[in-house]
Amino acid sequence: MGEPAVVMDVRQAGGSMAVVDIKGDVTAACEPVLMSAYEEASGGGAARVLLNFTGLEYMNSGGIGMLVTLLVRAGRQRQKLAACGLSEHYREIFELTRLDEAITIYPDEASALADAGR
Amino acid sequence: MSEETMPEHVTGAEQIGLSAREAKAAVQPRDAGNWAAKVERLAVEQRDGVRGTNVAGRRLTGPVQGFGKMWEKTYTLNAGQVTTPQDAIATWKAHFPEFWPKGNRFAGALAGISPGDVALLDLAIGGGVKLSTGVFVLYADQESFTLMTPQGHMFAGWITFSAERAGGATTVRAHVLMRANDPLYELGMTFGGHAKEDRFWAQTLTALGTRLGVPDPQVQTRSICVDSHRQWRHAGNVWHNAMLRSTLQTLTAPLHRRSRPAA
Repeated sequence: MGEPAVVMDVRQAGGSMAVVDIKGDVTAACEPVLMSAYEEASGGGAARVLLNFTGLEYMNSGGIGMLVTLLVRAGRQRQKLAACGLSEHYREIFELTRLDEAITIYPDEASALADAGR
Repeated sequence: MSEETMPEHVTGAEQIGLSAREAKAAVQPRDAGNWAAKVERLAVEQRDGVRGTNVAGRRLTGPVQGFGKMWEKTYTLNAGQVTTPQDAIATWKAHFPEFWPKGNRFAGALAGISPGDVALLDLAIGGGVKLSTGVFVLYADQESFTLMTPQGHMFAGWITFSAERAGGATTVRAHVLMRANDPLYELGMTFGGHAKEDRFWAQTLTALGTRLGVPDPQVQTRSICVDSHRQWRHAGNVWHNAMLRSTLQTLTAPLHRRSRPAA
């Protein structure tokens, strides 16, 4: 498997929500990076983890598979997984693969925060 | 001398003479041509050599929609130093049905394997019954392609076929991420189904290896149970079970033939 071409930064966004900012390519090769970011995001006791895809440049089917694995991990910890910042193209991929039925999609971070605060 | 004024909402693309449509195409991500377009339900035409039932009108199902435990299975073959990953995948795509074990049919589109294609399958399940279902080409590029299953298939999930260069050799891989689609399939998987599936893909990779010129193809198999929970809310998937429907279709076929008016 090649080197991951992605950077994932974690920050706390308040309302017991952590945000993972994803920049670059999401493929199976970036699984260690994503899982590490997820652990960091969960470390603060976040009930909801928001994946911010605003900086997403490329995703293949391996990347989608990795998100399913992440979904299982989040489910084990009774955490909600959400996504924001998806372009129309990637939003359609979430819908095609029916990942949108398990990962709530928000247009942007503000909408996700507003929903978490309800 | 009149001064030309720019409209307030002129985008950068319009300033250099691109239409909105061209501008949109210009910012398409690199993977845009690799993914199938979104579909709600599968549409497919009849193909020679397969029954072609249990596919049209079905929705796609991923691991999220499946019932059984979630499994990640990887079948790997060292394809040697001569074949490049691109050559391996090109061969696999072009001759995909030929590598399947005997008794199983894969009727794909004439053009090979391209995103959005639907292939019809007849799978040998014993007792003279063929399980008729299909697969959808979700993703394809030069080094990988992914098939996703419809409602009624044994599995809810996808299988990715890929090749990569590592340590001077090419490795080809089939990677399955799936749950059994319903309780009946889950029972079948528990009692021999997993072993049968492992044999199926090991035989497929062995046949591919032989075609690629590998002297003694050895397939490595790795299975991991990613989620041991069963999703009981999806137990109703059994309504679409293609095994039950195929059995019924086989049993009632003589009646259908008899009731059909003579040509």
